Amino acid sequence: MKKGTLKQILLITDGCSNQGEDPSMVASLVARQGITVNVIGILEDDQQEDPMGLEEVEEIAQAGEGVSQIVYQKALSQTVQSVTKQAMTQTLQGVVNQELKQILGPNQTIENLPPDQRGEVMEVVEDLGEKSNVEVLVLVDTSASMQNKLPTVKEALIDLSVSMNARIGKNSFSIYTFPGKRKTIQRVIDWSEQLDSISSIFPKLTSGGITPTGPALKEAMYQFSKSKLSRSMKREDESNIEETGY
Amino acid sequence: MSQISKKQDTSFVPGSTIQGKWNKQHYIVVRKLGKGAIGSVYLCKRQDGKQVALKISEKGASITTEVNVLKKLSKVQGKPLGPYLFDVDDFLQANGGRLSFYVMEYVNGKQLPRYLNEKGADWLGVFLLQLLADLERLHQHGWVFGDLKLDNVMVTGTPPRLRWIDVGGTTQIGRSIKEYTEFYDRGYWKLGSRIAEPSYDLFAVVMMALHCAYPKQFKRGEYPEQTLKRKLRHTRMLAAYQPCLEKAMKGYYRSSAQMQQELNQLITKRKISYLRAQPQTPRHKGKTDQVTLPLLETAVIGFISMLLFLIYYFFI
Repeated sequence: MKKGTLKQILLITDGCSNQGEDPSMVASLVARQGITVNVIGILEDDQQEDPMGLEEVEEIAQAGEGVSQIVYQKALSQTVQSVTKQAMTQTLQGVVNQELKQILGPNQTIENLPPDQRGEVMEVVEDLGEKSNVEVLVLVDTSASMQNKLPTVKEALIDLSVSMNARIGKNSFSIYTFPGKRKTIQRVIDWSEQLDSISSIFPKLTSGGITPTGPALKEAMYQFSKSKLSRSMKREDESNIEETGY
Repeated sequence: MSQISKKQDTSFVPGSTIQGKWNKQHYIVVRKLGKGAIGSVYLCKRQDGKQVALKISEKGASITTEVNVLKKLSKVQGKPLGPYLFDVDDFLQANGGRLSFYVMEYVNGKQLPRYLNEKGADWLGVFLLQLLADLERLHQHGWVFGDLKLDNVMVTGTPPRLRWIDVGGTTQIGRSIKEYTEFYDRGYWKLGSRIAEPSYDLFAVVMMALHCAYPKQFKRGEYPEQTLKRKLRHTRMLAAYQPCLEKAMKGYYRSSAQMQQELNQLITKRKISYLRAQPQTPRHKGKTDQVTLPLLETAVIGFISMLLFLIYYFFI
């Protein structure tokens, strides 16, 4: 089995998208490109568990074949890393399921195996999860209502890189916020292995009332294709070097 | 791609039956024992009347991973590290949904803080030593506990023993920690990575001790390491173990056995230092240097006597 790169968008929002395309539709589109969309909805500390505006969180993640969770600020750090890892496992399980179907027939999935064999397959999935390369684009909603939550978001993202960098596989993170000043999304950090550098540079907030989640997701998708291009070139280079080594 | 299952109801009322699809065993729910990130645990009665703990969840993959760990632990020689695993199966709900579950030994005991309350805080040292011995065996087999915390252990049996009741976070050495709890995680305290290595568990041992001493826990603060040092020094409950715990907190120990040895030395010679430290510890919360005072005293006396000896030797 090939050890590919897992691509994810992690959307952090407090819901209430109100401009542009339907975010769920865009998420489906993004998922078609092999990029998983995960969504974390942040609650106000005094908000109830099932508030208005956050229904879209689960919808977007389902459409994007990813994982969603709605949390209070203080649980954000752990949620960010668990959602990211869960989504990885889920994607890899999907990949393994497809292999199983090819080997054992169309109706065969991990869940249909007897528990004993399932254990062995899960070990493979776990192994892949530890060793595969991951690209995570973090998309942070910085509309006015998110104002007081951004310091926590920053902490959580640094924490995410601590968790991810403990893995054997390589990681690549980038951070974008939306809405941007004149663009749909604003780059905070370009693809890099570490996230320590965000300590100082979370941008000023846009104070307007718009939350164009759909367009932002779409724009985020294109950031992958760019990096994919440069990456695939690199890979070719590497294989060339290997060949000359013979 | 795998589809996301709609959230399923995994709650069972006492008296309901859970039947396995593959192995056909029946379990009658007695009561709920707890609920975690992955599913719920129920106290159940097996067909032969034996009480067992049954963990059930819609997250089949996570259940499978935990079962894998329990199987691995059962191969470690000596006293059991985790609970015994009895059965693994699926339960098909009336609405067609599938839940995965496994059945394990029901460890009936007391939470560590409650035990210490009832029998005396001195017991903590004994349990720490025993815990370190168990961890050493685990580490020797290439595993790290990961999510080590008070909630995941229980005092049980005679003689009392600290048993591990939830080993779901157990991770192969060298990989990334599978599951952790912020308060116990050295990454959160900015004192190390989340790579699974023995020192990761030893840090969590320190936090367990601190959690016993400060049942309400405490905040990280701006300087996490300073916070921990201060908390370690400001509690009488941990005074006897403080030097060792502080070293483990900083990641000084390579192995559990090493920490166990040093802790053992501290505990066994405790009576002498106890007499000295006693009148000083309770009051004057602000001054941390008081702990080091007896040491300083000894050093000064030693130094003066050496000087005198030198003077005596060379000049007289």
